[in-house]
Amino acid sequence: MSSGPPLLEVENLVTHYRLGRGFLGTITRKPESSVHALDGVSFTVHSGELLALVGESGCGKTTTAQTIVRMIEPNSGRILFKGKDITRLSAGEMRPLRREIQLVYQDPYESLDPRFRVRDTIEEPLAIHGVDVAGDGRQQILSALERAGLSPPELYIDRYPHELSGGQRQRVAIAASLVLNPALLVADEPVSMLDVSVRAGILDLLAGLRRSGLGILMITHDLSTAAHYADRIAVMYLGRIVELGPAVDVVRNPQHPYTRALISVVPSRDPLARARPQLLEGETPNPTDIPPGCRFAPRCPMVEERCKSIDPELRPVGEAHEAACILVGGSQRPIAERAPRTRRDETEKRGA
Amino acid sequence: MSEAILQVEDLHIWFDLDEGELHAVQGVSFELEPGERMGLVGESGCGKTTTILAVMGLLPANASVAGRVLFNGEDILEEGENTVAPHRWKDIAMVFQGAMNAFNPVKRIGDQIAEPMELHGTARGRQAKGRVGDLLELVGIPGSRADRYPHEFSGGMRQRAAIAMALACGPKILLADEPTTALDVMVQAQILELLVGLTEELGLALVFVTHDLPVVAQTCGRAAVMYAGRIAEEGATADLYHDARHPYTRLLFAATPDLHGKEKIISIPGSPPRLDRVITGCPFQPRCDRAFAPCPTVTPRTVSVAERHVAACHLNEVPAERLGGAGATGAR
Repeated sequence: MSSGPPLLEVENLVTHYRLGRGFLGTITRKPESSVHALDGVSFTVHSGELLALVGESGCGKTTTAQTIVRMIEPNSGRILFKGKDITRLSAGEMRPLRREIQLVYQDPYESLDPRFRVRDTIEEPLAIHGVDVAGDGRQQILSALERAGLSPPELYIDRYPHELSGGQRQRVAIAASLVLNPALLVADEPVSMLDVSVRAGILDLLAGLRRSGLGILMITHDLSTAAHYADRIAVMYLGRIVELGPAVDVVRNPQHPYTRALISVVPSRDPLARARPQLLEGETPNPTDIPPGCRFAPRCPMVEERCKSIDPELRPVGEAHEAACILVGGSQRPIAERAPRTRRDETEKRGA
Repeated sequence: MSEAILQVEDLHIWFDLDEGELHAVQGVSFELEPGERMGLVGESGCGKTTTILAVMGLLPANASVAGRVLFNGEDILEEGENTVAPHRWKDIAMVFQGAMNAFNPVKRIGDQIAEPMELHGTARGRQAKGRVGDLLELVGIPGSRADRYPHEFSGGMRQRAAIAMALACGPKILLADEPTTALDVMVQAQILELLVGLTEELGLALVFVTHDLPVVAQTCGRAAVMYAGRIAEEGATADLYHDARHPYTRLLFAATPDLHGKEKIISIPGSPPRLDRVITGCPFQPRCDRAFAPCPTVTPRTVSVAERHVAACHLNEVPAERLGGAGATGAR
């Protein structure tokens, strides 16, 4: 890892969406409510690193991605790119930086214009940033296609999206983000719309780009994918990162009770691998009313009284490994000794 | 071996499209026993949904069907709608893909679940209402929530309600099309537990259609792997993973990341063949890493490779010594 500032630093990012009160709400002066999409998110991405942001729907992972690329304005917090604060830059000031921070969308069936040939799709960002498309640009287009694994590029450059498979479309979308030679790629669920048999190809492509020096922030709901491809994993719950650490440690030695539960319910592809899924009751609560204290407390199998009043911060639980739970880390008993109360245990008790 | 409750025999389905004819299902056969959970897995376009829609008799008007679908030994497709309608919902029910998002937003959940009962005359009025309460409790929703509207339910609860609706007329077979695909992993685990519980408590047989191999591996005892409208391999899920007899099965598992697996994940090059053209030889041959002489020209037969384990691959018909040991196609 290079010295100097990280490629991307996100500090205590807070993003709220205000909800309308409606006509009646306004005249009765009902208090305004808002969705706390991000509620203090901090992390870094280094050049040559792939960080996976993992969580269930509504946890704020896509809002994080969109806030970083400044599609959404944060309420507070800072975004530093190469050490420079970009949080409050105007659209004009952001423009040169947009070459360096590129977004890859989830669905290559929707992100590509069906009337655009591959060439047009990849040319567009060049034209916007004033590159001479006929001269230097042409070489850049060909090399972007090649870097995205569409080789020989001449074979693909004149095709329309409907002539390409899903995997090829996603490669075109990635080529379009690579053509400006970005330093940071933000990929929002880059394989979830693709068939299983082609996913590995796209993920290998991202892993290769990371090795060539790009920083990659990958948003995913799939822990197995994160475990295989990410250097580090950040687990989000209700607008906050609850655990962050090297991918191997987070998967093999999860500390936060939420991460532990999440990992226990990921099905194995081996039918003989019998897991003991630790099912949590209910679903992630609505981010309009985040519980006081630990936001996971209402569903936590290990909850203690003090969890309902203390809002835990991320703190070290291992080498470069942090978790936001007052029950782990420090001089506490290791969490493994505490018997989690699972639904299955209860059923067994009832059955006995 | 107990008597099969459902037998699908050499099912073929064609769709008549503007551009020509699409042979979506090309000779699918399988059996299901009472209370059994069977996975139907494959990638998009392999014909898995089309197959179960045929079993329900719900194919669109431009589809033509050949082959037999037997419920308790009786051919329910014999005279089309006439023979299949009496069984639909009462004996064989289906949870459609995205069913949780298909509720009518302006009608109460309970009334929507009661609808099939009244339509099929299995229960009416107060009796239907009572049954709705029981069904909701069965899928883990308090019966008192019957008068709620769909928007008041979370995604997981709406999926539970969709399952309750499919069970309204007391079917023996439940066909579930990607029932957990749009759900978060924790909710998925809850729904899987529910489906497994229902088969065990009610003796319901389940056909679980999905592209998600790990989900099938953890919930179904048996599975059929479909490719290009055919069953490539069918057997116990443990055998499919540990002793795959079709390269597609092995490669599909190898392309699926496992949380605790350490092996590199590899994609399968190429894409499935077009089904609007005649396929010569093995449909998987262009993408296969073990293709040899007969594969491009000779269609492989489906042969039994072990007890209750069949596969359609030429490798299984070559003497073992020529391949350097039995099970050389295995998933090791």
